[in-house]
Amino acid sequence: MPQHILEDRELSIATGSDLTSEGKTIKCGQNSVSGSVSQRACVYCGARVVLNPITDAFHLVHGPIGCASYTWDIRGSLSSDSELFRQSFSTDLKEKDVIFGGVVKLKQAVDEIMARFNPPVVFIYSTCLVGVIGDDVDSVCRESERRYGARFINVKAPGFAGHKALGYKLACEALFELIKPFRDNPKVKGINILGDYNLAGEIWIIKNYFKEVGLKVLSVFTGDSSYESLIKAPTASLNVVQCAGSMTYLAKMMEESFNIPYVKASFFGLEDTASALMKTVDLLGDSKARQKAKSLVEREGRKTHEAVEKYLPLLKGKKAAIFVGGGFKAVSLVRQFKALGLETVLVGTQTGSAEDYELLGELAGPSAVILDDANPAELETFMRQKGADILVGGVKERPLAYKLGVAFCDHNHERKAPLAGFAGVENFAREITLSINSPVWALARASSFLD
Amino acid sequence: MLNQTPLQFYDRRALRINPCKTCQPVGALYAALGVHRCMPHSHGSQGCVSYHRTFLTRHFKEPAIAASSSFTEGASVFGGGANLKTSVKNIFDIYDPDIIAVHTTCLSETIGDDLNSYILDMTLSEGKLVVHCNTPSYVGSHITGFANMVAGFIRYLSLKSEEKSQKIGIFPGWINPGDIHELKRLVAVMGLESIILPDQSDVLDSPMTGTYSMYPEGGTTIDGIRALGSVKKVLALGPSCSFEPALAIKSKCAVETDLIEAPIGVVNTDNFICALSNLSGQGVPSELEAERGRLIDLMLDASQYFFNKKVAIYGDPDTVVGLCSLALELGLRPKYILTGTPGEAFVERINKNLDIYGAKEGVKVKASGDLFELHQWIKNERVDVLIGTSYGKQIAKAEDIPLVRLGFPILDRYGHSYQPIIGYRGAMRVAELIASALMDRIDRDCADEDLDVVM
Repeated sequence: MPQHILEDRELSIATGSDLTSEGKTIKCGQNSVSGSVSQRACVYCGARVVLNPITDAFHLVHGPIGCASYTWDIRGSLSSDSELFRQSFSTDLKEKDVIFGGVVKLKQAVDEIMARFNPPVVFIYSTCLVGVIGDDVDSVCRESERRYGARFINVKAPGFAGHKALGYKLACEALFELIKPFRDNPKVKGINILGDYNLAGEIWIIKNYFKEVGLKVLSVFTGDSSYESLIKAPTASLNVVQCAGSMTYLAKMMEESFNIPYVKASFFGLEDTASALMKTVDLLGDSKARQKAKSLVEREGRKTHEAVEKYLPLLKGKKAAIFVGGGFKAVSLVRQFKALGLETVLVGTQTGSAEDYELLGELAGPSAVILDDANPAELETFMRQKGADILVGGVKERPLAYKLGVAFCDHNHERKAPLAGFAGVENFAREITLSINSPVWALARASSFLD
Repeated sequence: MLNQTPLQFYDRRALRINPCKTCQPVGALYAALGVHRCMPHSHGSQGCVSYHRTFLTRHFKEPAIAASSSFTEGASVFGGGANLKTSVKNIFDIYDPDIIAVHTTCLSETIGDDLNSYILDMTLSEGKLVVHCNTPSYVGSHITGFANMVAGFIRYLSLKSEEKSQKIGIFPGWINPGDIHELKRLVAVMGLESIILPDQSDVLDSPMTGTYSMYPEGGTTIDGIRALGSVKKVLALGPSCSFEPALAIKSKCAVETDLIEAPIGVVNTDNFICALSNLSGQGVPSELEAERGRLIDLMLDASQYFFNKKVAIYGDPDTVVGLCSLALELGLRPKYILTGTPGEAFVERINKNLDIYGAKEGVKVKASGDLFELHQWIKNERVDVLIGTSYGKQIAKAEDIPLVRLGFPILDRYGHSYQPIIGYRGAMRVAELIASALMDRIDRDCADEDLDVVM
């Protein structure tokens, strides 16, 4: 191990060959080491990012102001209708509430919400403080449902209960509770898409594909969704799970309770998008849809190949590093880089599983570094060691990459161009080409007056 | 689309909508980043620090480091002492800072962790330091946390001395790195040497060199904080940020302090320069006289575009008080003045200024407010320009009002943190930004025949 790696962290770092031929597994899903400058967020954050894109829901953060401030309109999810979810709502608890309990204020906040906004569903996020002072939020929810007829769902997400992935699970439970009452509605031919958050309008692209092949998308969890669209979910005949890390749990619950099978699919990259579409129509056994999907995939595949061709010479032989939230997205990215002629030299995630890491090790090759819950020092060490030309990550990684003279592409909440579907393949190729070939790099290298 | 705000006011006492503040810990973190080779540390769940780092990174477009105790369920029941101990060991082992600045969170405050005794119990290697401050998120705002952390450094480190040095101390309050560079220039022009605490210049605006350093060049040194106890006087700028630190240095080291408004606007800068001049015993160099003169020249040149234009200013108290003062000096008419940070002293400070200009009538001034309320005010009577953080963007779009981005945070523009708003140069920049916003609007809205190349 190189210097600057905590002993406790060594088990969470491996090379591709460690994972494939040496039989090593990566220690993951653990709490971050105390004192580590982790890039990872908390339970509340996990729950919030999954539920936040529900456009007409009222997202009430029960706790001191911070947790509401930091999550105000940061998700990059687009809406075709209500913008209620882009406001920030909180009970802004004060010292007095900590001493006497926050329930009185919460109840009053509920009354104020219903007096003015009257939303169909209110998610009440119970943050760290509420977990410690023990407010009975469940009974506030039950009482409010009786009183107002709207749904009130307690998302018990104190940050100390675990890390971000537990928050995903809690969000899944909240969603399940929301749609459960509609379990007996008759089944229709149509699908749900789970784990797309409509960043930069990506779900609209994917929905268009399904429209073309003649498949109805009943609900999306949770990009550009509304209460009315979500409650249709129990009637679907198939769940297509895009962000597996956040939504597999919900898919499993729906399989068990509503008898809806699910398939994991990724709409990132040419290969994965094509196979996602074909897998879906195959599972539904619709030969007409299959025919249409086949011609769509051929047509868009051709178009995409033509579109990215001009970027290939500019990308050839470059080395890529990946640090993203979930394992499934990382897998798609490794494939996508390969298709564009880049070698992936480092890949890490915040919440990947041991199986994800094994697959990543296989795909990225024997010398690639694979790591769970990395910190900036580790990212720096391995990006340098491996000579990465570009890093794909989120907001905290961007300035780190730039400081190191490494190009960057945001594949998280701050992406402004859709990176999903066939259109996303070209956008992705363009974004990484622009960043790698920015004229500023030449100036940065020439900055020393001593030369 | 983004217009959820109703025109009618309604009774709202429990529900906070679109806040104009955030919690204490991020302020403590920002203050701690202004100390050289310091690792800020959040004693709480790991999510807090992830949010704070993201928030600061989005404003400064720079890496912002901090570690976390990463509380688990167990720590929340049995106390976080063990987590802190492990953290401190790990941080010194791997990241090797000279000092760790611990701040608390709502979680560790509520379970009653006693940071004083935890830190007293630690055995640290020679030359390594751990300090702390209490930052319960359910009290005050990020501004309170900033003030508490600065005071924390002083309480732990500043040394009382009978012998006074020739240096002066400055508590700059919450300003950008660009402001601190300007502050340093002004002090140097006035022929003084200073210790500035905290000092984020060359930390959160460090140049691109091709290497990443966790601890960039800048920041107040530990020796500097120690020596604050022997300066001849401390100028504490902005009561909201600097009252607590001023109190700390006065009570610990018996250092004389002057608490004045942040040098934003002409008169506030005049007062600051006068204070420096009193300390140096020298007059004001002609260089600064000329700078001031150029500012006044610009204000006169563009005055017709400022006169009687209604303005809403919102953000952090010290910044807003300064900007309100400058707005009045420019001939603008402050209409709504709001901060999310609690404390009625803010209202008094604003009103005092409005009184001087006889401009109090019909003006709404509020502390502990939120941007939903500001939006409602604007819906009932609109203004010509908004001045404040990026969070006013939705109001600006919904009401089609130009927004001049000043203060913290600015998440949707680049370069702002490099440029000062303090001093005469800063005032010139603010005046230019406001004039341009108003004049762009005239160009955009006027009929073709009224479009004029000369304005």
